[in-house]
Amino acid sequence: MYQAIVFLPLLGAILAGIISLAGAHARNPSGDTVDHHDDAHGDAHAHAAAAHDDHGHDDHGHDDHGHDDHHVAEPPAAGSRAAELITTGLLFVSAALSWFALADVGFMHHDARVVLLPWINSGDLQVAWSLRIDTLTAVMLVVVNTVSALVHLYSIGYMDEDPNRPRFFGYLSLFTFAMLMLVTADNLVQMFFGWEGVGLASYLLIGFWYQKPSAYAAAIKAFIVNRVGDFGFLIGIFSVFMLIGSVDFETIFHAAPGLTGKTINFFGWHADALTLACIFLFMGAMGKSAQFLLHTWLPDAMEGPTPVSALIHAATMVTAGVFMVARLSPLFELAPTAQAVVMFFGATTAFFAATIGLVQNDIKRIVAYSTCSQLGYMFVAMGAGAYSVGMFHLFTHAFFKALLFLGSGSVIYAMHHEQDIRNMGGLWRKIPYTFAVMCVGTLALTGFPLFAGYFSKDAIIESAYAAHNPFATYAYILTIAAAGLTSFYSWRLIFKTFFGEPHDQKHYEAAHESPMWMLVPIGVLAAGSILAGLPFKEVFASPHGVEEFFRDSVKMNPHILENMEHMPGWLVPLPTVMMALGLFVSYLFYIRRPYLPVELANQQPMLYQFLLNKWYFDELYDLIFVRPAKWIGYQLWKKGDGFVIDGFGPDGVSARVLDVTRNVVKLQTGYLYHYAFAMLIGAAGLITWFMFGLGGQ
Amino acid sequence: MTWPILSVTTFLPAVGAILVYLLARGGDESANRTARWIALWTTLITFVISLILVARFDPASTDFQFVEKASWLATGITYHMGVDGISLPLIILTTAIMPLCIIASWKAITTRVGEYMMAFLILETLMVGTFSALDLVLFYLFFEGGLIPMFLIIGVWGGPRRVYASFKFFLYTFLGSVLMLLAIMALYWNAGTTDIPTLMHTAVPRSLQTWAWLAFFASFAVKMPMWPVHTWLPDAHVEAPTAGSVILAAILLKMGGYGFLRFSLPMFPLASHDFAPFVFTLSVIAIIYTSLVALMQEDMKKLIAYSSVAHMGFVTMGIFAVTTQGVAGGMFQMISHGIVSGALFLCVGVVYDRMHTREIAAYGGLVNRMPLYALTFMVFTMANVGLPGTSGFVGEFMSLLGTFKVSLPTAFFATTGVILSAGYALWLYRKIVFGALVKPSLMSMKDLTFRECVTLFPLIALTILFGVYPKPVLDMSAASVQQLVNNYNTAVTAVKAAALVTQ
Repeated sequence: MYQAIVFLPLLGAILAGIISLAGAHARNPSGDTVDHHDDAHGDAHAHAAAAHDDHGHDDHGHDDHGHDDHHVAEPPAAGSRAAELITTGLLFVSAALSWFALADVGFMHHDARVVLLPWINSGDLQVAWSLRIDTLTAVMLVVVNTVSALVHLYSIGYMDEDPNRPRFFGYLSLFTFAMLMLVTADNLVQMFFGWEGVGLASYLLIGFWYQKPSAYAAAIKAFIVNRVGDFGFLIGIFSVFMLIGSVDFETIFHAAPGLTGKTINFFGWHADALTLACIFLFMGAMGKSAQFLLHTWLPDAMEGPTPVSALIHAATMVTAGVFMVARLSPLFELAPTAQAVVMFFGATTAFFAATIGLVQNDIKRIVAYSTCSQLGYMFVAMGAGAYSVGMFHLFTHAFFKALLFLGSGSVIYAMHHEQDIRNMGGLWRKIPYTFAVMCVGTLALTGFPLFAGYFSKDAIIESAYAAHNPFATYAYILTIAAAGLTSFYSWRLIFKTFFGEPHDQKHYEAAHESPMWMLVPIGVLAAGSILAGLPFKEVFASPHGVEEFFRDSVKMNPHILENMEHMPGWLVPLPTVMMALGLFVSYLFYIRRPYLPVELANQQPMLYQFLLNKWYFDELYDLIFVRPAKWIGYQLWKKGDGFVIDGFGPDGVSARVLDVTRNVVKLQTGYLYHYAFAMLIGAAGLITWFMFGLGGQ
Repeated sequence: MTWPILSVTTFLPAVGAILVYLLARGGDESANRTARWIALWTTLITFVISLILVARFDPASTDFQFVEKASWLATGITYHMGVDGISLPLIILTTAIMPLCIIASWKAITTRVGEYMMAFLILETLMVGTFSALDLVLFYLFFEGGLIPMFLIIGVWGGPRRVYASFKFFLYTFLGSVLMLLAIMALYWNAGTTDIPTLMHTAVPRSLQTWAWLAFFASFAVKMPMWPVHTWLPDAHVEAPTAGSVILAAILLKMGGYGFLRFSLPMFPLASHDFAPFVFTLSVIAIIYTSLVALMQEDMKKLIAYSSVAHMGFVTMGIFAVTTQGVAGGMFQMISHGIVSGALFLCVGVVYDRMHTREIAAYGGLVNRMPLYALTFMVFTMANVGLPGTSGFVGEFMSLLGTFKVSLPTAFFATTGVILSAGYALWLYRKIVFGALVKPSLMSMKDLTFRECVTLFPLIALTILFGVYPKPVLDMSAASVQQLVNNYNTAVTAVKAAALVTQ
């Protein structure tokens, strides 16, 4: 069964890939039909061309590639519907099996381990392809496959104008497969495989509309920023292997307690071994989960199609970092300093991303910053040692954030690919269904009582309060503040999009509700945004339930859940108060007194620009990393290789040899008086030397 | 085993070259065709025979296998051939890449086809000979002889600056080799033989070790190439014809790594130990320096050439870490790089044949016309970046893992290469393949031909196969690598123990 869950999406990806390639190949003739430019003489080698003549050479759809947007007059690739149905169907099978697996593993306690193939075996390094199914994995399987299946379904509607649908669905399924390999990994290296695999899929999907320069620029940025994190991940794996001699989770977790107090000589600094390894591993998590300092790729990633943002950049891939910390909880629990680092970055991100979200105008970017911020919340729980609580938020967040993205997608679809909320307004009359589900998503995100986010987010804030961590108070204050900000910008999005007067009459008039392909998935997610909370609170956030449900799959801080229950009563409703405050201010700003935000922005231009430009991180990184790297590269090439190495090496040597011979040649002029003069000078010199040089003695 | 299978593998291509010489005279179209077909069949048969080697090879044994020995020049200098787990993968790589090179040259080469094919066939003989020779003099002949056909391939069939490039290539490598020749003579006077297995078990005096190590290093470092003696490589690649670049990147560079594994580590373990920090430094510089330089290249081949230098940095680093994973990783990285960089040069050749320029700026948006090409290039770009699931990852990962234990700073800085490689490789891909197709000259671009598919698809299959299931290669070399590491450790610890006793 587990093989089926993991490999069905791969099968779908391969089939869709074949359909896509076959279609693309049919439309673009291979070079066989036309001889190369350099074939001056009529080559008799027809055998290659003959063997290949069975390719169709219908050149339809050949003339309009100058477009820079994706709604195109190009005819859809052949077999689009087949590719859609195959991938979507297989994903639904996987999703159904995943729910079954969750019940089987979580409640029936049937953990499983499936070894598939040996991978890298060399000396004591033994890495196998294997699937590890425990509760933590099962939760992720459900999240990944459910959201992925719904996003596949949604994409059938959303992408219906795109000519390259088989490729799109192939990528989506490929992503799902890589993500499943990540969550089922039984060792660090396979996890890294999934880690990079989702990175690849994310790169391909962000750059799906590769004709847009901004899209592939964002794709490359995502890949490279993630690679910075991967650098840390790799160093972490190396450290673990050096300390323990294995990369298998089982072995690592068993050996970890014996490592406390060990040190690694890290550039002369005797660092605590576990702390160092955990911090480097966390660096990988920061990249993937877009945490503060490595967050810059996530907003740009919104260049990809909206279903991609929902699947990858909200529900699944970006939570891989959270999952990784939970998976490695037996290590992190032994490294309190690393936990402090985790909590610091989580809390900082939660607050920092929320501040940027306040002033953004692109509907998807607002949701993206909100994702960034919510991921910060999850890391706060991780840092507190309340891993199950973090996973709880991951679980609920997957539903309501995917809902918000897909709902935004529905808005964008209705508005004919308009994304700027300043050009929207009053849409609730036109697309009431989308409006309703977006409200559900927003209520869940802001933590409105009884919606999913209410339970998980409040639990995180409580865990920050209850934690014994140097940054606990810092985290508590920032997460409380961020709760208010979240409520503000989320409602701002709703108010500006759906209320007030329409700002773009033409688009407004044409706005229409999306097709059923899209409405059904967002309906399901809306249901999930309500139901994922209360029924699951017991197993994710109560001491006894967690013990029963997660068992050994995460190693919780032993006291955190009890401590959370002993929180002072007057503090408990604080997040809800903040939420209400945010809602009220947002209502005031955007419904009652719409001139207020403008006045505020004019009064505080510095602050406004600072937030609008995302704290100037892109500019800063460009200044301190990108430009210097290019400059150094250019200098090393021209000065290092060209001037120094070649100059003093081969070119220099040959040039000197040439110089010498040239000068020797010059001496031989062939005129007798030149030679005679030279002789005379020589004789004079010799005599002078004899007279003064030797005579002086 | 009744027939000298190793010699047959080695010299069959030379026989093919003679056949080309005899049968494909005249230089007209029919002679050219004959030359092509003879070359193709020769390389294919050689490849099949080399597969017999694989089938009969016993990976559990650490001895040399398929040994052939005959008296030759003098006592102590014999015709001695044989393979072990370190040389066999490289031989297979050579015989497997050769037919692809012939196919890739099928239409691209139109002048002096017979001579061209002869040069390639003789080059194959010399390359296989280099990897299977078990006598230093024999090795030296093969090793040095390989220069000549390559020199001709670049100098005759190369680009506009071919003369400069071929001389640079020749002088660099030749200077290194002359020093090696001196060291070989010194070894002969020391042990009275040039037999490699004997020398591997002969203790070489400490001072001679140092000098001989340096002399061998001079030769292998140039071949590898290591920073700062790498500048011949970009020029040679740029000017060489496509198949020449493929051979250069896929196989000739591996002779350096092979030399380290065959000579430097087993014969001069103490000197290797002393010089390891030096090699680490050069490797790390190579990885970072050439990656940064690659970021700024304007020529496709130069970019890939610089990335080759960076990838070879992982090999030297892993080899001189002398841990099981380090050496096995270096070994695997050589095979993987042979496949991937060879394929990347083939990919460059595909567009070069159509547009006759290697300038990156001349391309853009090829995916709109060449979907198969886009996919192929993507696979190899990702393998070049070291994405898990491709063969590029396994070698890079293992060599870094193996080095981390020995020298944390080295591995730490070398790992930054994963960031930089993503930078230049994706940048190249974006400039060539992605984007809108706006340049009028590219409008009529056609997708891969059948022949190009034949050369590229097997390499895709191998890249992914070895990324997911590298066991065949790793197992083939595991025993030899383990023995190499053990012998090295024994030698080094013995000296350390002796030093303790004398204190």
